[in-house]
Amino acid sequence: MAQDVPAVAGGEDTFPKLLLRNARDFTSRPAMREKDYGIWQSWTWGEALEEVRALAIGLAELGFVRGDKVAIIGANRPQLYWTFCAAQSLGGVPVPVYKDSVAEEMAFVLDHAEVRFAVVEDQEQVDKLLLLSDRLPKLEHVIYKDERGLGDYDHTRLHAFASVQDAGRSAIQKDASAIAEWEKELSRGGPDDISVILYTSGTTGQSKGVIIGSGRAIAAARDTVAFDKLNEHDEALAYLPLAWVGDFYLNFAQAMVAGFCVSCPESEDTLLQDLREIGPTFYFAPPRIFENLLTTVSIRMEDASAAKRRMFHYFLGVARRVGEDILNGRPVPLKDRVLYGIGRWLVYEPLKNVLGFSRVRVAYTAGEAIGPDLFAFYRSLGMNLKQLYGQTEAFLYLTAHPDGQIRADTVGPPMPNVELKIAEGGEILFKCPGMFVGYFRDEGRTREVLSEDGYVKTGDAGFFDSEGHLRIVDRAKDVGHLNDGTLYAPKYIENKLKFFPNIREAVAFGHERDFVAVFLNIDLNAVSYWAERNNISYGSYQELAANPKVYDMIEQHIVETNQDLASEPEMAGAQIHRFLILHKELDPDDGELTRTQKVRRGYIAERYQPLIDALYSGATSQYIETEVTFEDGRKGMLRADVEIRDVKTFPVAKQKEAAE
Amino acid sequence: MRAPATEAANATETGKTVLSAENISLTFGGLKALRDVSFDVKKGEIRAIIGPNGAGKTSMLNCINGFYHPQEGTITFKGVARRRARPDRIARQGIARTFQNVALFKGMSTLDNIMTGRLTKMHTNFLLQAIYWGPNQREEIAHREVCERIIDFLEIEHIRNTPVGRLPYGLQKRVELARALAMEPDLLLLDEPMAGMNLEEKQDMCRFILDTNHQLGTTIVLIEHDMGVVMDLSDRVAVLDYGNLIADGRPDDVQSDQRVIDAYLGVSHQ
Repeated sequence: MAQDVPAVAGGEDTFPKLLLRNARDFTSRPAMREKDYGIWQSWTWGEALEEVRALAIGLAELGFVRGDKVAIIGANRPQLYWTFCAAQSLGGVPVPVYKDSVAEEMAFVLDHAEVRFAVVEDQEQVDKLLLLSDRLPKLEHVIYKDERGLGDYDHTRLHAFASVQDAGRSAIQKDASAIAEWEKELSRGGPDDISVILYTSGTTGQSKGVIIGSGRAIAAARDTVAFDKLNEHDEALAYLPLAWVGDFYLNFAQAMVAGFCVSCPESEDTLLQDLREIGPTFYFAPPRIFENLLTTVSIRMEDASAAKRRMFHYFLGVARRVGEDILNGRPVPLKDRVLYGIGRWLVYEPLKNVLGFSRVRVAYTAGEAIGPDLFAFYRSLGMNLKQLYGQTEAFLYLTAHPDGQIRADTVGPPMPNVELKIAEGGEILFKCPGMFVGYFRDEGRTREVLSEDGYVKTGDAGFFDSEGHLRIVDRAKDVGHLNDGTLYAPKYIENKLKFFPNIREAVAFGHERDFVAVFLNIDLNAVSYWAERNNISYGSYQELAANPKVYDMIEQHIVETNQDLASEPEMAGAQIHRFLILHKELDPDDGELTRTQKVRRGYIAERYQPLIDALYSGATSQYIETEVTFEDGRKGMLRADVEIRDVKTFPVAKQKEAAE
Repeated sequence: MRAPATEAANATETGKTVLSAENISLTFGGLKALRDVSFDVKKGEIRAIIGPNGAGKTSMLNCINGFYHPQEGTITFKGVARRRARPDRIARQGIARTFQNVALFKGMSTLDNIMTGRLTKMHTNFLLQAIYWGPNQREEIAHREVCERIIDFLEIEHIRNTPVGRLPYGLQKRVELARALAMEPDLLLLDEPMAGMNLEEKQDMCRFILDTNHQLGTTIVLIEHDMGVVMDLSDRVAVLDYGNLIADGRPDDVQSDQRVIDAYLGVSHQ
């Protein structure tokens, strides 16, 4: 493909060159932090350069050469971020892999990407790689960060991260020209280098390796850094999966370009506390995280005293009513302004503080459509939460809300330098600065996704509204029609359901059927609290999900959803007629969700065919056996009788429909 | 993984004896809890004590850490024989333990509970500690670091500041192990470390026990009812029944011993 990279200001066209610049310009400003042994440890840009250099020279000593691929597997750790940069500095290509991938998926990616090196976090990942070693003949060296439990292993191909760096440092000590040589190697890199290969988890089929070019990546990051006025004084928390484009974009690309500090939490379980301690100014989270936070807050409020609970709900009501208007500068009665002011002091600011959002200047949500109520909740507290729409193939940003033009139902106008157009069938096509180079070793699918005039097909359906904002309808291929011709957009219905804290996941069916029916997962966290308060005992998710009282509660939620749908003329026909609560949680290990937690509806429909048949046959319960995969790859069988219920639907003025 | 582990096991066979109990008898009034029990623990091994309910397993541990004083017999720890000694003295000698029913300070945080494990290693007195200045400050920081390493080792960062009483049972057990490890003991006594845990928690606990043994080189004596766990983890197993030592040896040998099978399954008395 032709390289049409715009000239880059300052001349840095690879990330390692940006690292040198940051080490020069922001020498003593923090680049990374990690909480270790209970204390935040930090590295300045100057120190980060030294770490990356030692690692790169150490890797070169191991035989790393231009073009080598290095797999990076683990949680967000400074050492793993340095590996990205060290590999790039030697002309190598980092390939981040989801750390919770089961061995099978990992084997596919590592084999397909032809990795020679792997840098991993701990024993768990080393074990997985050793297990796969005969299927990965190209993999030569495995480098691990955490030495725990690995002392007894055979170290012919295994290396501790620290020992690789030590090798690099002693090479520098022996011969100081090693630094100059490394910098020479680094300067050979250019805009046409492959910066990273990101494997998309894919809601359909086998994952694809998206190649991101270095010059393009930096051009895209520069545009967005300017858009949100990010600078070296910003702070971000790195907690998203390394292999997801969002993490690479935010915590690597943008951090390198803007020079801001990225903090790594102590562990997944301490995330909320770490978030609060760091107080990021720039925050990015998929809707699910915002949902979970709201669920946590709701649960904790249930335990609060009655007075506090009333105060909380009262002022949240005030915020819901006038919060957004006040923030958007629209006229609001004085009384409400005063109330909002008091609420801010009593509820909103303390709540934001608990959540770690006190210092947030810019927050984004993306990855999936966010429920409008959820979006409004955070906005009304006074948080600058915006939506963006993007794709791995675009190197993330296609559209985003500019400050002051924020609406829940759109994803904003196109970003600077991004060209968007809507194809015949409503599919969104784009050209943008960060556009991918192609799929790695897969020209067939690269051709498939490109239109004749060089645009990339997103697979999403959408349209521009009168203000030039893009509205996403759904995955183009998911939007369908009921048998009576009613428009049916499953995502829309699912998002409405997922706004209830008790509902974790929803999968709607209805295309070419007589009515809409849904599978649900309850939120174990929220429902178990509820069960405790209502004296309901249970032994497992399966038992709780099958409890009739849980069914009653969920049924109530669905009735409310139907009421809501009935009020929207174009959606009223798509009310939910029947539902069931699945006997197991949908899980990426079973292939039901992608690693980024998106529903793979095709696969779910196949897997639970008997349940779908039962939804449409009028049965009130159905027996099902499901194979499940445990974390270590072993398989087991889950058997259950799943109850199916009818739900009340509401008539609409336009389209008469009898309540059942 | 397996190969080095058996090597280590072989090494412990020839390891030095850390603790030996000779002809221990313990009676409560007319009840004979232990009758003439002798066994030893070698440096670096995982030694299991098993037996049916009421066989005298916990009594044996209580004798080892000085909580009970046997009427007969001697216990020799690191070459020093003792008859009567207070538990706190024994703790200072390097024996730590956990309890069958968790015995933590429920109102204190995980970190504070673990810090109490450092008590035997603290040198300044509590008045000076209250001031938190100079040498006391340095001492506390050093102790805190040890505790943080243990927190990291047992993966309980997320509950560092949570009051222990609010934690689920499995985690409380882990905190108790952490406190025992904070003493940096030479000999660690675990009384049913896996009782009341689900499969996943048991697996975690097994890994922590093995890691403690391998990486910190701690000698471990454990009582456990889960036979699978005992047979997998331990280097040698002692079997008690009605206060008598009925078998002692490698897990495989003990498992096939007729007397052990009888004790567990019961025999008909003709």
